[in-house]
Amino acid sequence: MAYSDKVLDHYENPRNVGSLDKNDPHVGTGMVGAPACGDVMKLQIKVNDSGIIEDAKFKTYGCGSAIASSSLVTEWLKGKSLDEAAQIKNSAIAEELALPPVKIHCSVLAEDAIKAAVADLKSKQSDKEVA
Amino acid sequence: MTVKTPIYLDYSATTPVDPRVAEKMIPYITEFFGNPASRSHSFGWTAEKAVENAREEVAKLVNADPREIVWTSGATESNNLAIKGAAHFYSGKGKHIITVMTEHKAVIDPVRELEREGFEATFLQPEPNGLVDIEKFKAAIRPDTVLASVMFVNNEIGVIQDIEAIGNICREHGIIFHVDAAQATGKVAIDLEKLPVDLMSFSAHKTYGPKGIGALYVRRKPRVRLEAQMHGGGHERGLRSGTLATHQIVGMGEAFRIAREEMELENARIRRLRDRLLAGLQEIDEVYVNGDLKQRVPHNLNISFNFVEGESLIMAVKDIAVSSGSACTSASLEPSYVLRALGRSDELAHSSIRFSIGRFTTEEDVDYTVALMKSKIGKLRELSPLWEMHQEGIDLSKVEWAAH
Amino acid sequence: MSSTYFDHNATTALDSRVLESMLPFMTAQHGNPTSRHSFGRHARSAIERAREQVADAVNAHPSQVIFTSGGTEANNLAVTGIAGRYGASQIVVSDIEHPCISRPAQALQQRGWKLAVLPVDRHGVVQESGVEELLRTETSLLSVMLANNETGVLQKVAGIAAIARKHGVTVHTDAVQALGKMRVDFAELNVHAMTLSSHKINGPQGAGALILDKRIDIEPVIHGGGQEKGLRSGTENVAAIVGFGAACELLNARLLQEPGRIRQMREHLETGLKKLGAVIFGAEVERLPNTSFFAFNEIEGETLVMALDRKGFAVASGSACSSDSSEPSAVLLAMGVEADLAKGAIRTSLGAGNSAEQIDSFLAVLAGEIARLRHLTAVAV
Repeated sequence: MAYSDKVLDHYENPRNVGSLDKNDPHVGTGMVGAPACGDVMKLQIKVNDSGIIEDAKFKTYGCGSAIASSSLVTEWLKGKSLDEAAQIKNSAIAEELALPPVKIHCSVLAEDAIKAAVADLKSKQSDKEVA
Repeated sequence: MTVKTPIYLDYSATTPVDPRVAEKMIPYITEFFGNPASRSHSFGWTAEKAVENAREEVAKLVNADPREIVWTSGATESNNLAIKGAAHFYSGKGKHIITVMTEHKAVIDPVRELEREGFEATFLQPEPNGLVDIEKFKAAIRPDTVLASVMFVNNEIGVIQDIEAIGNICREHGIIFHVDAAQATGKVAIDLEKLPVDLMSFSAHKTYGPKGIGALYVRRKPRVRLEAQMHGGGHERGLRSGTLATHQIVGMGEAFRIAREEMELENARIRRLRDRLLAGLQEIDEVYVNGDLKQRVPHNLNISFNFVEGESLIMAVKDIAVSSGSACTSASLEPSYVLRALGRSDELAHSSIRFSIGRFTTEEDVDYTVALMKSKIGKLRELSPLWEMHQEGIDLSKVEWAAH
Repeated sequence: MSSTYFDHNATTALDSRVLESMLPFMTAQHGNPTSRHSFGRHARSAIERAREQVADAVNAHPSQVIFTSGGTEANNLAVTGIAGRYGASQIVVSDIEHPCISRPAQALQQRGWKLAVLPVDRHGVVQESGVEELLRTETSLLSVMLANNETGVLQKVAGIAAIARKHGVTVHTDAVQALGKMRVDFAELNVHAMTLSSHKINGPQGAGALILDKRIDIEPVIHGGGQEKGLRSGTENVAAIVGFGAACELLNARLLQEPGRIRQMREHLETGLKKLGAVIFGAEVERLPNTSFFAFNEIEGETLVMALDRKGFAVASGSACSSDSSEPSAVLLAMGVEADLAKGAIRTSLGAGNSAEQIDSFLAVLAGEIARLRHLTAVAV
């Protein structure tokens, strides 16, 4: 399989690998995919008090394109508001990384991971408000 | 000594042509280029003589009569000829076939084709170690069973089936027994005078010979009959028509001669390398050997690296040429059907690597491979959320994964 | 031991440039084209390059090339794969096809297919006139060779194909003998499938191809790993395929010069043969420029061939593939040649390495041998 240089770069030097404290009320965690499907992505975002994402971390079990997709979005997420983050589309990821058609699902997974992380954070925050 | 990368550890996919074999072949494509079927001049006779010498060498490796060896274009064609040829010829006696789920596609697909033609087939599931349970084989036999096909050595996991025991059962029941030995020649001793086998497929390019040539052993006593699958000039006593590629046949003969003379020493050397590779890889946590380790050729080591995804693993180890799943199915991203038949989970099947060692593998190659695997597996696990969960003590089989 | 080779229709010597292209794939470049690592990818791209070379040589598209182990397998694939796919129906083949067309057709006949045979005239030309009538019956495949291997007589394939297409019948041509000796144009021939072989064009033995219109329904003959888009399973014979491609690439240059030179040599040869009293089969119609199929009354062909071999000339009696038997040539019988004369038939097929001097010495030796054999026969009587 021929990978684009950008995929190879993210695969060889993944950005923002790691974990944030998932119990931190400022941290949202999204975990999507399943081992049996060959991809599991864990994406975490940390927002500051003004609701801007100041940190993002990922861990991915998956092919080179899945690793690159999640690595790329951690770069894109930093500095964005939650609403801006939720607007990142898989097509943009696929285009940036020049993913071949058989690998488009990796970008879809990354988009899903962002949404899951944002949703997790929002539910934590609304819980807090209720409390 | 420096190691030259990529290191070739995919001898089960294909082997390099031994330089001695290549040397023997060249004159037969340049000087002695006759058509062995040409009976009217010495160009043809020289070619024919070379073909018959090679037939003798192939027969010798497996202790058969040269007249029992039929040339084909390779093991795939041999398997097709054996399975469809025997099934068609004996279809008057019955239309049931027994084979195993872990056979090569070149056995499974002809059997599937026969099913479309109205035959019935039983695909036996092997035990988790990859071996066929003899009692289960017996239980699968029906009054209308005419043919059984069981491979000698599995291409993915290297396990050696008990061909003698299965053959004896087939004899008792009057079932024609075919064995795909493409992965066995030069690796296990084969004595067809003793083994109760009726048909056996061979390949040259898995035993340091050229691609595009193979053979089928067809027993003479008791005589086994086949319906030809390739018709034409009536070459190979009508069993396989088509001009024989003399240089390739010469190459197969020489490759099998070398195998006969050197296999004992070579296998001992390869076993030492395999043990070294295995010991090194077992220093990594959460690795699983696929297939029985004892009843197995030393050339093959198939290992799953848990919590690492297969394709990224292949990307990570591009300094070594290895195979994930069988070479013939690796164009698709399906987990290996062989490993699934052993009951391996999809994840473990995905993260398996087949290391296959051969004539030109060195100790340095093995050491480099071990070091590379340790570092790359470490890196990928660092990236893996599954490894993190495993470290935290989470049982992954109990996790409810978000469907996607 | 023969030293002069006049049997190029049986097989040809490998061109040294072809060997050059193959050597890396017989040694260092040993990957299995299905493997995804670099060894495999190198082998894969070499095969795809060869596919383009073969396609270019016959004006086809690379995607129409299915590599096989040779002409025999390609012909079997065409007959069994196309006609077999349709279920019991009629197969039409000419009376002079190579056994690797007629035998698989007969095998289908035993399984319930109807086999119809197109006759040839006394020159060995397949008759178009009967085609229309035969195709009124539901027909799954019609196969007529482009040039006959024994006589070299060319067939009107495009004309027959046009009739068949009118009836919606799939047409195949065996172009094994034609390739390299004349221009072969898949598109112009207007057939659906065409067989080629490597070792007849100074390529290696062990490779051939079926050129196939992709709209044609076909089922594989060899099942397994799914190579060649599932139509021909089995690890590709990389070195032979690379050599086949290289040999095809050399064809265009060769076709500009060789046929003229070879045709001249053949004219020279046949003038001499006629002086010796030879009957030359198919001489009055269009033939391949290199082939002469001839016989002498009252001379045993087999004996003459052996005598010629001892004097250093490799020629053929009948076609190479059936030379096991001493049966008279089936092609000649189909042309209405008397069995006695047909039994004595000898084929010379000239090729790249031959020269006018070789023809001269051949004619001299032949004259001597014929005189000797005539004398012997006379004594025996």
